[in-house]
Amino acid sequence: MLTLHPALRDKVVAHARADHPDEACGVIAGPAGQDRPERFIPMLNAQRSPTFYEFDSLELLRVWREMDDRDEEPAVIYHSHTATEAYPSRTDISYANEPGAHYVLVSTRDPGEVEFRSFRIVDGTVTEEEVRITDSPPGDPTAPGLE
Amino acid sequence: MAIEVRIPTILRTYTGGAKAVEGSGATIAELIGDLDTRYGGLRDRLQDETGLRRFVNVYLNDEDVRFLGGLETPVRDGDTVTVLPAVAGGAG
Repeated sequence: MLTLHPALRDKVVAHARADHPDEACGVIAGPAGQDRPERFIPMLNAQRSPTFYEFDSLELLRVWREMDDRDEEPAVIYHSHTATEAYPSRTDISYANEPGAHYVLVSTRDPGEVEFRSFRIVDGTVTEEEVRITDSPPGDPTAPGLE
Repeated sequence: MAIEVRIPTILRTYTGGAKAVEGSGATIAELIGDLDTRYGGLRDRLQDETGLRRFVNVYLNDEDVRFLGGLETPVRDGDTVTVLPAVAGGAG
């Protein structure tokens, strides 16, 4: 199950909408080992494509090092699909290399209603999980991300 | 000679869980070959017949070796090499 503060969900959705029709992508970091996404980090899609995303390699290094320095992990890795459903594609599955992350998929194919779903992708197997949007868990979702 | 190599989560099964290991070599290619003698199978995850794998990022200190010399990038004692799988995907 993914537990997420509403402000974080809103930031992910806003990012996806802003980048539509290109795919948007990013991370929500949290304290290592605690499964608590807290720090929103939108990333540049170096592919700037409506069907593919890739974190810029130097941004990836910077963000991953920063998380390491702060004893954080990538609790959520999100991206959007702009014309198809919010479900991991074969490409998404092939390149899912953080077994501990919640892979959040957002679809902006419908201008009115955004789809927001979460999955675990481990060893090539996709398992959908419940998304619980709540402001109960402590955390600081309003902490500035790399915007 | 010691070059620190930082290993991403997904490749730590090859290093017995270690986040960082040491290796030696004059180039990235030699360094990877050296690591493979102790952590068998690691090389295949990093390179294929064409060179470094497209969706694996290898950095020498703060630079992506893709923009330096790829596998032939020279490395020196005291350098840090970092491996990070690309974060990528898409509807396709």
